[in-house]
Amino acid sequence: MAPPGPILRMRGIGKRFPGVKALDGVDFRLLPGEVHALMGENGAGKSTLIKVLTGVYDIDDGEMELEGRPAAFSSPLAAQQAGISTVYQEVNLCPNLSVAENIFIGREPRRLGHIRWKRMRHRAGELLHRLDLDLDVSAALSTYSLAVQQMVAIARAVDVEAKVLVLDEPTSSLDAGEVAQLFRVMRRLKEQGIAILFVSHFLDQVYEIADRMTILRNGRLVGEYLTSELSQVELVGKMIGRELADLERLEGRPLARETGPLVEARDLGRAGAIEPFTLTIHEGEVVGLAGLLGSGRTELARLLFGADHAGTGSLRIAGEAANLRTPRAAIHRNLAFCSENRREEGLVPDLTVRENIVLALQAARGWTRPLPRRRQDELVAKYISALNIRPADPEQLVQNLSGGNQQKVLLARWLILEPRLLILDEPTRGIDVGAKAEIQRLVAELSDGGMAVLFISAELEEVLRLSHKVGVLRDRRLVAEVDNDEGLTSEVLTETIASGAAS
Amino acid sequence: MTTMTVPGLGALPRKYVPILVTALLLAGMFLAGGVRYTGFASGQVILNVFIDNAFLLVVAVGVTFVILTGGIDLSVGSVVALSTMVVATLLKDGWSPWPVMALVLVIGTVLGLGMGAIIQYFEIQPFIVTLAGMFLARGLCYVIGTASIPIDDPAFTAFAQTRIDLGGDLWISPSVVVAAVVVLVAVYVLHFRRLGRNVYAIGGNEQSAMLMGLPVARTKVTVYAISGFCSASGGLLLSFYMLSGYGLHAAGMELDAIAAVVIGGTLLTGGSGYLLGTVLGVLVLGLIQTIISFEGTLSSWWTRIFIGLLLFAFILMQRLITARRR
Amino acid sequence: MTVSPTSSGPLTLLRHRLFWPVVILVALLLLNVVFTDHFFSIEVKEGHLYGSLIDIVRFGAPLILVALGMTLVIATSGIDLSVGSVVAISGALACLQISDLGDQDSVGGVLGAAGVALLLSLVLGAWNGVLVAAVGIQPIIATLILMVAGRGLAQLITGGQIITVNSSPYKLIGGGYWLTLPFGIIIVLVVLALTAFLTRRLALGLLIRSVGGNAEASRLAGIGARGVVITVYTFCALCAGIAGLMISSNVSSADGNNAGLWIELDAILAVVIGGTPLSGGRFSLGGTVLGALIIQTLTTTIYSIGVPPETTLLFKALVVTVVCLLQSPAFRAKVVRRRRPAGVSPVAEEKVRVHA
Repeated sequence: MAPPGPILRMRGIGKRFPGVKALDGVDFRLLPGEVHALMGENGAGKSTLIKVLTGVYDIDDGEMELEGRPAAFSSPLAAQQAGISTVYQEVNLCPNLSVAENIFIGREPRRLGHIRWKRMRHRAGELLHRLDLDLDVSAALSTYSLAVQQMVAIARAVDVEAKVLVLDEPTSSLDAGEVAQLFRVMRRLKEQGIAILFVSHFLDQVYEIADRMTILRNGRLVGEYLTSELSQVELVGKMIGRELADLERLEGRPLARETGPLVEARDLGRAGAIEPFTLTIHEGEVVGLAGLLGSGRTELARLLFGADHAGTGSLRIAGEAANLRTPRAAIHRNLAFCSENRREEGLVPDLTVRENIVLALQAARGWTRPLPRRRQDELVAKYISALNIRPADPEQLVQNLSGGNQQKVLLARWLILEPRLLILDEPTRGIDVGAKAEIQRLVAELSDGGMAVLFISAELEEVLRLSHKVGVLRDRRLVAEVDNDEGLTSEVLTETIASGAAS
Repeated sequence: MTTMTVPGLGALPRKYVPILVTALLLAGMFLAGGVRYTGFASGQVILNVFIDNAFLLVVAVGVTFVILTGGIDLSVGSVVALSTMVVATLLKDGWSPWPVMALVLVIGTVLGLGMGAIIQYFEIQPFIVTLAGMFLARGLCYVIGTASIPIDDPAFTAFAQTRIDLGGDLWISPSVVVAAVVVLVAVYVLHFRRLGRNVYAIGGNEQSAMLMGLPVARTKVTVYAISGFCSASGGLLLSFYMLSGYGLHAAGMELDAIAAVVIGGTLLTGGSGYLLGTVLGVLVLGLIQTIISFEGTLSSWWTRIFIGLLLFAFILMQRLITARRR
Repeated sequence: MTVSPTSSGPLTLLRHRLFWPVVILVALLLLNVVFTDHFFSIEVKEGHLYGSLIDIVRFGAPLILVALGMTLVIATSGIDLSVGSVVAISGALACLQISDLGDQDSVGGVLGAAGVALLLSLVLGAWNGVLVAAVGIQPIIATLILMVAGRGLAQLITGGQIITVNSSPYKLIGGGYWLTLPFGIIIVLVVLALTAFLTRRLALGLLIRSVGGNAEASRLAGIGARGVVITVYTFCALCAGIAGLMISSNVSSADGNNAGLWIELDAILAVVIGGTPLSGGRFSLGGTVLGALIIQTLTTTIYSIGVPPETTLLFKALVVTVVCLLQSPAFRAKVVRRRRPAGVSPVAEEKVRVHA
């Protein structure tokens, strides 16, 4: 195939926000019929570049060409009309409208301004069929899973006669099967000559689907590479500017199981969320939970923490029967739960770093017994430096921090309570590699210090690296409990997840 | 929305349940009234509810548009009063009826447009902006005059006294026809025009609507303009009904309108609800008044207590329905 | 989500937020000086403080009270539309009981009446709180119920009449003096001190802001959000109940229909003018007091500069719009600074930053 000219070319792109230079002289090009990955840590400028490209932000410096002609978009609509469509990480559709409408709203088939519903539903059905999806197009979007909603978003993006399709972390909430389906769709679109810009934190996925990649660091261009010519280790090195050693050092940890059981769940379950399961966690033990998205990992954790009510079974904590009706009760039993959904279930954006950190402790004391300010400052300063939270300003609003630092603030909130069991649900998702390594090291240290940790992660390597024992979930059932010894590899785990039985 | 329902679980889609509940309640109230009071169960009683509440219906239609986008409009009652005041004053000054009506509609629309523009472009909460609009319109009434001004324009009195016979001793006023036309046009716009679909989309998720390239700003401003237009129309109908202009007319009507919309099953968070529900909501409010007037011995404050209790019952019912289906 | 100026601590931010309300209040006061001689003079007559400034605070006392309660409610991202009705109910119940007393001047009887009225206010507030926190009804709707039904209830209590009382102990609450100060001002100071104590010295403020900022995160952090919300609505109704006593005491009568009419709107305005966003998560007690004073000063000003009182509402609309515009970051960005030509959309920027 003769190398075609780029369909999109950006030169010397610069974008400033008050106090920050988000993009600085970035060059970027996109060829028709390729999947191009945009790589970089959080804060490297990926999102900003995408928003500049799609007309959400205006450009401060530099120029952009679409099909050889200078282009600048004042709004997402203008970009869309020029052929650049975007599907964001969070599905940006309207859950209250029907599937068909979500695909066609803004360009409904009309006659004299009258919307032709029948024709619209028909065309929506056809379009989804081409993407191997068979949905009731007149049902409300909210009746479908997130993954399906994502596909609907792509169907919408594709139907606008897109030349460029931007997929901003589309896979972060999909399970393996759904990712495969998405990739099928992407390959089909690629064959049609559409240029796809793909952003993902999952390196394996990038290597599976992307032809080329552009790497950004701190708002600057690192370079553009063919995927086949750059190894994963080199890629990570270029993204973070340092070696992977931090991640490797945790291997080979001793088992610690001499102490008695801390938490014993017996036939604990909740209809529609998770089948009754039995699980024992010892002090100082890291129990990993592996399984696909939607396999019940989060649901299991929420039952242990009392975030949802258990319908069946019993729970004993440190030998005593416990009936956890609320998170409050769980906290009084020295349990802590760091939710996977930082923004909705973790942070209080309008509070400062200090206030976010002391929140759980203050809640446990009740509002009539305030934590003295001096004590607050001591505790907060201690954890800011221990966890390396940046900026190290306790009075900064937490919403101004990066994702990784926000995650550390939430960890600090729970560590301050000195819990006996810390439940971490996807603590490393969506944060950069550096912060990831720090959080993994912290988990290891905590368990060495006697704290039990329930560690949930979609990345099997991470689960294997940290856990003493791995629980495998599948279809909302705990199907296996495996000791993490020499014989357990990510292949074996994958096999277990896929087959649903311990090997 | 993270709730999941299995498609096709019930024969009736969940989105219609609130409306059905309102319809059943309405039927129940009518039946109860019919059993308890002689002369209640007649078609004319229902028609009278329409006749006495035509202006409220028109106003509530505009409020429905605003609420569907997730906004709120507190200014409607004052705009209604201002409209009656402008009509009465200008007619007294010798203007002919048609230009007066046109002017009133323009004033209402422009007021709505202005509020919408401030809400959208300066990002101030609708509650506050329309509250200021409420003070402004009510203030303008008092600037025009503090006393009630009678309307004796022949065209207006003729319109007010016209009866449209439906046969069999049943009749309606022209206002009912106007209200019906407004409702039908609004239903058409909401379901078969881009504007209407954009209204629902914005109520569902405003940021998504923006990223999907929908004209969010224009739609939101338009919605407030529509509400202003409907309030002015409601004001015209009220001046036919009252044959006077007065700064104290329609005091608290914004609450009646919002209550009607809520009783009709529309969620204040936007994106969910139907105009039919609003119509039923207005009828429920009207029927309460009727029942209380039939009761005769009940004091007027019972109306408020009843409306309050009814609101409570309704909202509780909606909560229970959504909770059970979750 | 509101956009806050980057890289500024909460202290400068707070100062920043109250800057425009202070300017407006000072401007209104200065305007008065032009029209009224000795506007700023405060004198002592017969052991009582007199002066225009004192009058503004005295007449504004009920509004300040209601607005203080409203501030906490709004900080939990709620709203309470029912305070006007609670004002009417509280005044009506107190006056009804006092009018039934054999000796209306009996201090014990008046205290009992006031106590029962405040107790009912607490119950009504708890009712609102339960509807919002336990049943899960939107605050605006939940309190709309009591707003509508409460007026009826107040009229039910008064029997549709205006109950007049002639009780000197009761008169003290709204119209009397104590330690040279109008008693109303003392009540306001006590309630303000109590609120500040609860929210700043105790941790109620932190929990309120947390619940208002992110309710689910607060629940998972172990905050008893229900308790906090119910407490806040109950406190708000208590403030309204006290205001109701003041208002009815000041005129020695209870009018179920008109007492406290639209005071909820004025209170919400005062809160917003004072820089507390309706979206919750933040609040400023000082700002609220300022806001209430602005509204009261406006009313006083209109009388003193000789503008017909009919236009009060117009000026109110004007001042509200001006203050809100001045405080709106979007307005400042677009109109005041004129950083860049029109056509670009900073609106989009701010909205999208939410998930950046």
